[in-house]
Amino acid sequence: MRKLLLLSLVIIVGIAFISRLYYLQVYESKTYNPLEDTAIRKEFTYPKRGYVYDRNGELLVANQPSYDVMVIPREVEPLDTLEFCSLLKITKQDFIKTYNKAKNYSPRLPYVFLSNLSKDDYAVLQEKMRKYDGFYIQKRSIRTYRKTIGANVLGDIGEVNQVIINRDAYYAKGDLIGKQGVEKTYEKTLRGIKGIKFIQKDIFNREIGPYQGGANDTIAKPGKDITITIDSKLQEYGELLMTNKRGGIIAIEPSSGEILAMVSGPTYNPNLLVGRDRSKNFTKLYNDSLSQPLFDRGLQAMYPPGSPFKTINALIALQEGVVSPNEKFSCALGYKYGNRKMGCHVHRSPANMNLGIYESCNAYFANVYRRIMDKYDSSEKAMNNWSNHVKSFGLGNYLNNDLSVGQPGKVPTSKTYDRAYGKGKWYTTFSMSNAIGQGEVLATPIQLANLAATIGNRGFYYTPHIIKQIEDDTIPSKFTTPKYTTIDKQHFEPVVQGMFDVYNKGTAKYVKVPGIEICGKTGTAENFAIIDSVKTQLTDHSIFVAFAPKDNPKIAIAVFIENGYFGSRFAGKMASLMIEKYLKNEISRTDLENFVLKHSLEHEYQKPYSGEPFKINRETTLEIIPEEEFEALKYLKAKIDSK
Amino acid sequence: MIRENQKRYRFDWIIIIVYLLLVGFGYINIMSASHTGEITNYFDMSQSYGKQLVFIGLSIIIIILILSFEAKFYERFSSIIYIVAILSLLGLFIFGKDINGARSWYGIGSMTIQPSEFAKFATALAVAKHISDIQTNLKTIKDQLKAVALIFLPALLILLQNDAGSTLVYGAFFFVFYREGLQQIYVLIGFSLIFLTVLALKLGITITVLSTAIIVFGLYFLKRKKRATLLQPIAILLIATVFAYGVKLFYNHGLKPHQQNRISLWLRLEKDPAKLELMKKREAYNLIQSEEAISSGGFFGKGFMQGIRTTGKFVPEQDTDYIFSTVGEEWGFLGSSFVVILFMILIVRILYLSEQQKSQFSRVYGYGVASILFVHFTINIGMVMGLIPTVGIPLPFFSYGGSGLWSFTILLFIFVKLDSNKINEW
Repeated sequence: MRKLLLLSLVIIVGIAFISRLYYLQVYESKTYNPLEDTAIRKEFTYPKRGYVYDRNGELLVANQPSYDVMVIPREVEPLDTLEFCSLLKITKQDFIKTYNKAKNYSPRLPYVFLSNLSKDDYAVLQEKMRKYDGFYIQKRSIRTYRKTIGANVLGDIGEVNQVIINRDAYYAKGDLIGKQGVEKTYEKTLRGIKGIKFIQKDIFNREIGPYQGGANDTIAKPGKDITITIDSKLQEYGELLMTNKRGGIIAIEPSSGEILAMVSGPTYNPNLLVGRDRSKNFTKLYNDSLSQPLFDRGLQAMYPPGSPFKTINALIALQEGVVSPNEKFSCALGYKYGNRKMGCHVHRSPANMNLGIYESCNAYFANVYRRIMDKYDSSEKAMNNWSNHVKSFGLGNYLNNDLSVGQPGKVPTSKTYDRAYGKGKWYTTFSMSNAIGQGEVLATPIQLANLAATIGNRGFYYTPHIIKQIEDDTIPSKFTTPKYTTIDKQHFEPVVQGMFDVYNKGTAKYVKVPGIEICGKTGTAENFAIIDSVKTQLTDHSIFVAFAPKDNPKIAIAVFIENGYFGSRFAGKMASLMIEKYLKNEISRTDLENFVLKHSLEHEYQKPYSGEPFKINRETTLEIIPEEEFEALKYLKAKIDSK
Repeated sequence: MIRENQKRYRFDWIIIIVYLLLVGFGYINIMSASHTGEITNYFDMSQSYGKQLVFIGLSIIIIILILSFEAKFYERFSSIIYIVAILSLLGLFIFGKDINGARSWYGIGSMTIQPSEFAKFATALAVAKHISDIQTNLKTIKDQLKAVALIFLPALLILLQNDAGSTLVYGAFFFVFYREGLQQIYVLIGFSLIFLTVLALKLGITITVLSTAIIVFGLYFLKRKKRATLLQPIAILLIATVFAYGVKLFYNHGLKPHQQNRISLWLRLEKDPAKLELMKKREAYNLIQSEEAISSGGFFGKGFMQGIRTTGKFVPEQDTDYIFSTVGEEWGFLGSSFVVILFMILIVRILYLSEQQKSQFSRVYGYGVASILFVHFTINIGMVMGLIPTVGIPLPFFSYGGSGLWSFTILLFIFVKLDSNKINEW
């Protein structure tokens, strides 16, 4: 018994130790990675970020050096703060605040004291820097935008946030990442791969040497240059036309799906989001909840498509064989169903398909829509059949493209009405508004532009995309594979002809461009705002879709102007101008151009916030901008032309 | 049993091999823990690993010397050795040199010698001599007091020199006394007091007294066969209460702040997050760093000289008291367990051989050796892994330092010599 006490204690202690070792070294260290150890410092070398060119090889985005003033607090010696502050253009309070922040972060580690010095400040400071121990200047690379256009297309880069750092191990605090536009979608291509040096440090944070002789180190791989599909001249012209208006323009090359222009108004100078004032400017743009410059109206604004949607109904009717192009329907200023009436305007009656399209006759399409729906016994089956046709045009879902934002729009199915009215308790008359694109259908301008491209192509489209070329790489095959609609090719001709006649003798005859065969369709979208908790109607949105030339179209376009009233008032004119600019690179209809430039819709946008009763649509007057502002815009126009 | 042509001495090769393994492995780890940059000269005397190599060389000479003396020499001269050791401890008060706040070193040129290390084997010899005396009977209070005095004297001197850690080692002799006849009740009292101490600190006096009362009276009512008086349980309870108060009082006023914090960390007494954060930077700093280093080693370890925490000198005192953290990081679970098992083999082997000794002196001495090694092993590795509060004592044969290595070598090889002589004792 006495012999056993120490012996058993030795064994107990031994087992306890080995268990503890097991816990520490096997159980607890499962996730241990020496490269992530706090004893290893990672030093990054940042590669050059890829440049962005437009489709004609013009440089849009490049890099520029930027200078940060760094501080290592414990190396700082007493200094003439007054002089130093005046060199950096900061106050003494700022100095003390930042210095204390740096000290709290770590007395031994470098801290960004002041970021993004201007070149001039840098030149002055560089001379004097040696006087200030503990401070030094570090060079970084930031973006520079060669033109002041395409902020919504190009996007910007900024410091990566914690959410992304947690999700993606590539990023470390302080790294830059694409925040919007192509900078975001092509982040991985543009950024390259940063190089990492693993440096072993001792307890006092001094370097000992490379970890494992640098065996794990990698060298930086430069980012690839990309060419985007944007035509910067067209983009610039579009942005000029959009001055003083809100809305979006999307222009697509139908034969490839390449986006030629992507205008969103109001826009801003992309250089605002570069450098020292980035966060200040971003906050300003972000907080502008009235004009919402960060909201890309070409991609994100969902509205009832209105009349342009009628073309789809015509195509479906032809495909389903329920209407022939020559069949006529009469229109008595509208179409009556049940105890309701869908109004129409004055035009010849009865209307065949051609007239129906170019006069945008509501009654005609109400009849067509009924035919489509009445082909099947069950309204459920008919609705879903119709819905599938519509969806094949790329409506009702994300286009799955390479743009950083987007909206799916909406195409109703039988389920939509089941939810609203109960299963089997609804009939064609419940969804009559779909006939004229005003019902449950919602679409974005880019979807409408794609619709124009699809009709121009007579039945297929390429997913609209922004990437044209990647250095040493190919673009994704999803952008080079055509997507076919459910409509056979031969059914498109009557519809194309109808759209052609919109320009010849229809709703767009006043915006015709000599020498170009344009096919188009006007549209208006009713819209409402909640003012003092009352649903109030505002002036209609002006919508226009078009493609040109009629055969082998080179450009398809959708223009959408908020509260612009009827389709050809603003959108139609702008579409014609854009088409002419792109195809001929000169403007013959300067009257249209002057009209667009001269008129502002700002007063229209102020109405809901004015607190006073206001008039809409027909009863509105247009606001003319001051002469000198108009001259300035004309000057800008001349500059675009001279390039 | 003994064949004619057998050697007169038979050394226990298991002990010797384990010793060599521990010293060799220790040297390798000291090299890792102390080097800065490339090692160009293994005998660089400005570096710990250079010095340690010399210490090891000298140890071999010491071993040869020890083994070449007559076995009887150690028993005969034990008293003189003990007196010399006590005198050298006393001498520290006059000639001693302060290192890290402890006045426990003699400086000879650039060398330092720590007599408290040598006092351990001297005390072991003295205790063996006292107990093995035919007239000694450990069941008597008088002889018990004598035995305690033998260890109390060096322990007190060392405590006065501010080396509380080394003082604790003398508690190891308790195991020796118990083996040699100290009554069971002392073990019971010993463990009860440890238990009471922890309880009083962790849960407070009220709970301690209440739970003691329940146990004491519970046992009294369960076990009573004859009408025993209630006096005994009441007395025990009273003593326990006084003891618990004493512990609390000592903890609050008797201990130095850093000692108090080490215990507080171990028992997780501190609840204030701000203070806890401060402690993590001070008292717990070593421990956190050492646990992280050990943990980072994983199953196989990072390899010799590859420990990033060792190379970066993240664990203070990593070549001396915290050498085990280097083992943990560079040799992983395999290497660390190997060291633990080597120590277990060594101690168990000494215990086994001690029981086989024919002379009581050898047996008691052997037990002393095993106990001292056990206490060092338990406290050092326990502290490095955060199982017990921080107490600064070296890991035998492993930690850097001449005094420590030599004293443990002497301690161990006197026993090897005594053991080898057992075939001559009939």
